[in-house]
Formats: sequence, C-alpha cells, structure tokens
Amino acid sequence: MARLLPGRKVVTAVPLAWLLLFFLVPFLIVLKISFSEGILAMPPYAPMIEWTRDGVLSIKLHLANYRFLFTDALYVDAFLYSVKVAAISTALCLLIGYPMALGIARAPAARRSLLLMLVILPFWTSFLLRVYAWIGLLKDDGLINNLLIWLHLMSSPLHMVNTSFAVYVGIVYSYLPFMVLPLYSNLEKHDATLLEAAADLGAAPWKTFLRITWPLSIPGVMAGAMLVFIPAVGEYVIPTLLGSANQLMIGRVLSDEFFENRDWPVASAVAIVILLLLLVPIVIFQRYNRRELEGSG
Amino acid sequence: MRRRPALWLPSMLAFGFAFLYLPILSMIGFSFNASRLVTVWDSVHSPTLKWYVALFQNRQIMDAAWLSVRIGLMNASAAMVLGTMAGFVLVRFGRFRGRGLLATLTTAPLVLPEIITGLSLLLLFVAMEQLIGWPARRGVATITIAHISFSVAYVAIIVRARLVGFDESLEEAALDLGARPAQVFRRITLPLISPALLSGWLLSFTLSWDDVVISQFVAGPGSSTLPMVIFSKVRLGVSPDVNALATLMVSLVAIGVVVSSLFLQHRERLRTQEMRMALAD
Repeated sequence: MARLLPGRKVVTAVPLAWLLLFFLVPFLIVLKISFSEGILAMPPYAPMIEWTRDGVLSIKLHLANYRFLFTDALYVDAFLYSVKVAAISTALCLLIGYPMALGIARAPAARRSLLLMLVILPFWTSFLLRVYAWIGLLKDDGLINNLLIWLHLMSSPLHMVNTSFAVYVGIVYSYLPFMVLPLYSNLEKHDATLLEAAADLGAAPWKTFLRITWPLSIPGVMAGAMLVFIPAVGEYVIPTLLGSANQLMIGRVLSDEFFENRDWPVASAVAIVILLLLLVPIVIFQRYNRRELEGSG
Repeated sequence: MRRRPALWLPSMLAFGFAFLYLPILSMIGFSFNASRLVTVWDSVHSPTLKWYVALFQNRQIMDAAWLSVRIGLMNASAAMVLGTMAGFVLVRFGRFRGRGLLATLTTAPLVLPEIITGLSLLLLFVAMEQLIGWPARRGVATITIAHISFSVAYVAIIVRARLVGFDESLEEAALDLGARPAQVFRRITLPLISPALLSGWLLSFTLSWDDVVISQFVAGPGSSTLPMVIFSKVRLGVSPDVNALATLMVSLVAIGVVVSSLFLQHRERLRTQEMRMALAD
C-alpha cells in the first residue's frame, strides 16, 4: 500500500528535514560554539572558522572552555550533585512506582484503565503548578508543618523548602508517572500461569517475585529508570523553585552562565558535557524503547 | 495458588495516589481561602472567589494565557501533521536510507534535558539571523517552531504505536476493490488512526501549554507565555491567584481527559461493532 502512495519521497523528506534543521543542526552549532572563544560582542563568541587576510582558512579549536569546566570546583560540584540527585530520585521512584505498577497490573481488568488514567492525569496538568503546590506544603508555615505542630509532634517548624530534601520530593513527585507507565506496560504482559506454577510448586510469594516477576520486568525497570534519570540530571525548574541557592544543579548553572554571565561558549561546553554524561543512559533507553516499539509489530 | 488477597499492594497504590493528588487537592482548597497567607485558613471569610476575580483582572496573566493558547493551537496542528508523517513513514515504508536517523530523531526529544534543547534552538535562531536575517525578532514564531520540534516526536510515537497494531488487510481490500491510494488513506487509514491523531494533538497542546524552560530560551522581549509568567511570579513567592489559576487548569484538563477518553472508548466500541457486522455479512 505504501509503495503505491504518491509523493512517498515528500512524505519522508518533510518530517526528516524539519527534525534535521531544528534538532540535529542546533546540536552541531552548540558543539561549534563550545570550542569558540568568548568575546564581548553580539553574539558573544569569536568565529571559529575564518579566512585570514592572505586567504588562508584558519580553524581555531579553543579548548579552554572545557579545561575551565574541569578545574573550577563550581562546575564539578554541580555535575556530581546533579548525578547524585538524579540517581537517588530514580531509586525512590522505582521504590514507590514498582508496587504501584504491580498493583495496577494485578488489579481486576475492569478497574485497570481507571487506575492507569489516575496515573496519567497529573501528567496532563501543569508540571510547573504541581511543583509550585509543594512550596505551599513544605514551607515553614506550610500545611505539613502546621499539621505536625497541631499534632504536637513538633514544637518548631521543620525547615524543608530550599533544601535538597525538597528537590528530591519535587523530582520524585513529578517523574513518578514516567516510572509507573513503562513498568506497567511490562508487568501487564507477564504470564500469570508462571506465578501459579511457582505457587503450586510451593514457592513463597517473595521467592516467586524474586525469581520470576523481577527478572522478567528488567526491561520495564530500565526504560522507566532512564526516563526518570535522564531529564532529572538536567532539571532546572524543580531545583530553582524548591532547592537551595547554595547547591546548584548543572541545569541551573548552564542557565545562569548563559543568561547572567552571557558566556555562551562556557554554557555550550556545559551542555556538551551533560550530553556526553547522558550518552550511555540515552543509548540504553533507545535500545529498550526500540525493542518495545518494534518487538510487538 | 493460595488466593489470599495481598493487602500491601493496594495500600502502596493508595499511598502512591495520595502522594500524586494531595498537593493538587491542597492547591484547589486554598484557592478558595480568603487569607493572603496561602496556608492559613481564614474560616470567617472563606470560601471566597476573590482570587478568581483577581486572576481575571490581571492583564499580564490574561495576555500571557492568550499567547499560550495561540502558540499551543499552532504547535499542536503542525506537530500532528509532521508527527503523523514521521510515524507513518517509520512503520510503513520498510527499510530505506535515513530510517535509522529519522527513528533516532523522533525519540531523542523524549529523553533530552529541556535545557539543552532550549539552548541549542536559541543558538540556531541566532545563527540563522546572522546568515539569512530571519528571525529578526524572537517571539511567537520562534517559540512555536521550538515547541513543534519536540512535539513531533511525541505524535510520531503515538501514531507509530497505533499503526503497529493495525490490520493492513482493510487497506488491501479497499485497493482490490479499486480505490485509489489517496482515497484509501482518506477513507480507511485516517479514520482508523484518528484516535492516535487526537491524542497526539492534545498531548502536543499540553506540552506547549506547559513548557517553561525551552520557551524562556527562545522567547524575546514582550512575548512571555503563561508558564513563563507563572514561573517568574512563583519564584518571588507563593501567591493566591496562582492557586486559582491552577484550580481552573486542573479542572479543565480533568474534564478534557475524561471526556476525550470516554469519546475514544465509545468510538472504539462502535468500530469493533461495525467490523463484526461487516465480517458477519
């Protein structure tokens, strides 16, 4: 059928051209600028490729931006802190999300689509406003502190907002659906007769879980973990609203470098290093994702 | 198998849902609170609608909301067309040169940190301005282009998933009966994948309506979208009219999602029924 469709080339070329121009080319520009020298001009970077006066093409690879990133403690700290926050948040998402996904997959079939919709619904509502809601809950005079004091569990408010704790809460909260959905779509496909066989043979439920359910769900775990970890490393909104100003995540550093210091080459170098850092997780995700998309077809 | 209903799974589910919904519910509750201190309930004057009134009188928010609606509509429509093309090509055109590239480009935006996408698009626009003089000013056009380029990926994924589970014999039958390929696409393929188009459109609109990081990079002076305005307001502290705005947005989305999923379920049921009847004939 597709072979008969007229304009096959056009149908392929239009989206491909769009994505090349507005997705691939921009990365090449970032890469180029990360090797440029910062100057006071608009745009604030020196051209990398230039025709010198005697007609010689000169290409300058300026590595100082990268050297700067790896020697200045601010950047190294921000990178390490971001990876730590993303890793711990991913683990927490898995801890909360796995039982949820399992609970939905094991629920009666009629109730499953409702439960699934309840997981997806927050995803459709404004991410920004949901993060904002946590400020109201975590503030010194916020709902949680008021409740704790009212219950006499606490005499003075617990300082929670503008701390790493609030950042973890915000990230886990925002990315939980990204963990639950791929896990559910994996767990839902499991063959229930395997579990019954294990139980018939006398295996305890926890053993059945460890020996059957968990190993079978690894692809779902990996897809969910990458879907949380990757964007969490570069997260900007959550740490800006909930985090402390003394401990910056790398996304914030990039943004400050760009908008406040107007140092485009260093900001670009930060972006390239984030990308390199995320390359392995992205490749892992692409592998599991492709298997998921093409395996069923 | 011993069928002792395990209690801990449902209780973990309940905990998870409480975690997901309590913040939203608290925001809704406090949007009716008379006190300016967001978290102190003023039981004498509450519930009140004064923050809703204040919201609709706030020109900055209303202008930004209208801008976001316009960008969202343009983005969703363009992304639906481009994403459907990409999804269709990936499933139906077999192996061709550039397929791997297209497949990668349609999944990359899903996982890339927004901050990198935003930076790279801004640098592209600056380079384009130097080269061809366009875009001379950053604003609605650049924000829309940026939104389209990440929304396309989501639409492509949804359309792709729909096409993978698609019965091609219907199209073959239509072709055998003498329909022209364009006719087949319009009369058979398009109606069958229309649920995917609808959810792709809605998702693209939502993504655009919600985006703050990428917009902040590619926006120019005087083109602040609603999330950008909310973000700068919220950075300065909690404000009650934002609670009212959140309540309105959450209710709209909830209604939209429920109605559209009921509609899709209904259509799906009709279609299966029609198929069954057609096969029975």
